Amino acid sequence: MSDVALDLAGVSFSYGRRKVLLDVTFALAPGEFCVLLGINGAGKTTLFSLITRLFVCKGGGIHIYGHNLRHRSLEALAKLGVVFQQPTLDLDLTLLQNLRYHCALQGLDPGSMQQPIEQALIDIGLEDRAGDKVRQLSGGQRRRVELARALLHRPRLLLADEPTVGLDIHSRQAILQQVRERCRRDGVGVLWATHLVDEVEPGDRLVVLHEGEVLTRGSAAQVMEETGTRSVRDAFNHLTRSGAS
Amino acid sequence: MKPVQYLRCLQGILVREVLRFVHQRERFFGALVRPLVWLFIFAAGFRSVLGISIIPPYQTYILYEEYIVPGLATMILLFSGMQSSLSMVYDREMGSMRMLMVSPFPRWYLLFCKLIAGSLVSIAQVYLFLGIAWFWEVEPPLFGYLLVFPALLLASLMLGALGLLLSSAIKQLENFAGVMNFVIFPMFFASSALYPLWRIRDSSVILYEICRFNPFTHAVELIRFSLYGEINWTALFVVVGSLLLFMAGALVGYDPARGLMTRKQGG
Repeated sequence: MSDVALDLAGVSFSYGRRKVLLDVTFALAPGEFCVLLGINGAGKTTLFSLITRLFVCKGGGIHIYGHNLRHRSLEALAKLGVVFQQPTLDLDLTLLQNLRYHCALQGLDPGSMQQPIEQALIDIGLEDRAGDKVRQLSGGQRRRVELARALLHRPRLLLADEPTVGLDIHSRQAILQQVRERCRRDGVGVLWATHLVDEVEPGDRLVVLHEGEVLTRGSAAQVMEETGTRSVRDAFNHLTRSGAS
Repeated sequence: MKPVQYLRCLQGILVREVLRFVHQRERFFGALVRPLVWLFIFAAGFRSVLGISIIPPYQTYILYEEYIVPGLATMILLFSGMQSSLSMVYDREMGSMRMLMVSPFPRWYLLFCKLIAGSLVSIAQVYLFLGIAWFWEVEPPLFGYLLVFPALLLASLMLGALGLLLSSAIKQLENFAGVMNFVIFPMFFASSALYPLWRIRDSSVILYEICRFNPFTHAVELIRFSLYGEINWTALFVVVGSLLLFMAGALVGYDPARGLMTRKQGG
């Protein structure tokens, strides 16, 4: 297996004439927590759409654990767990039915997945709500279910696109903690897209995306050092303001 | 992926489609009420106005109710196919479509699974309708209920594929009302569902030609003949051909490299 979980090389994309991603290049190792930091409209969601093959790159290449997304997309997608920015649960189905549906879409036997499903519900504290329709859950609970679902089939790479947007501070912390734990414990590579700088920890790998371009990449500490700032927030402001000018 | 995993995927999509249908009871009753209103009220009112002469596959004079039952069965498939495509647009707007599309199976297979699942659910509705029609003294031969299944499946797949094609081209849920006006109603009324084509030819040759080229007409005739134990070969070829054409169009529409989805989403 490749020692690179995700490899983006010169990825470009445009909607018609409007270029939204320009020569995006960075890589992510297994077990690495990488924060893709950018303001709204920076191109994060488009980049996620490319990595998940919802769109096709118009330039450059994407490899997931060595599988070229263009030519070996099914092998590449099998390694992925995804939490989209937009909620994707079926509101009319119960939690259990949603998780079983996900297992089927991954080609897993729902019978043998019963125990992992129960465990996933315990992990997110919703084991007593398994039979409730998703419509009856709060926003924070739904996001936790989405995350549990994304990790259910034990992916090697987790993509999370603004998964904590709209959540209260406790829900955000709980979700972040859970993902970091899986990253450390199981060696899952994580690409965490956000515009919330307080979600970055000093040990995280950081990629700053602005107006479709990568302004910098490296550890959070390196980025602060490069920019001569004392916090990720200051570094981000410094980069995006000078990047915009 | 192994064959058993492909089957699990199909099973999962089928179960979801059934669950959604069961959970949305109003959809279930709505799907049944529409053809029953046509059968109980419209057909009763028009029985004396629209007398039917002896035309294949019927061996004798029949009541108008008996004539329109295959057309109403096909109407269930048409509305169900469009409902299914409406749910695809809804899924795309709500995001759950993405989970399907990032599944590690070929996209054509995922769309095919959606199509099969939607078709089986709508065929169950047709059988329920035919069962009620039996009590209304519309009694085709018993073996017809068995023989009509492949015809129902083909017709349902064709109309479902048309729905998929439309859903790939529709930008927003609100635009779906246009589909009702520009696709469903013209397809239904410009067909042999409610009146035999010779009657239409008597009124307008142009309309007759339109009806003849309408794939829905051929779906109705395929079902009508099958229900009485016969095969209408022209209808069969047209339905299979239209199915392949619509499915190919849907595959292009949902292809991330060439499709319409990429062009209409921004940001």
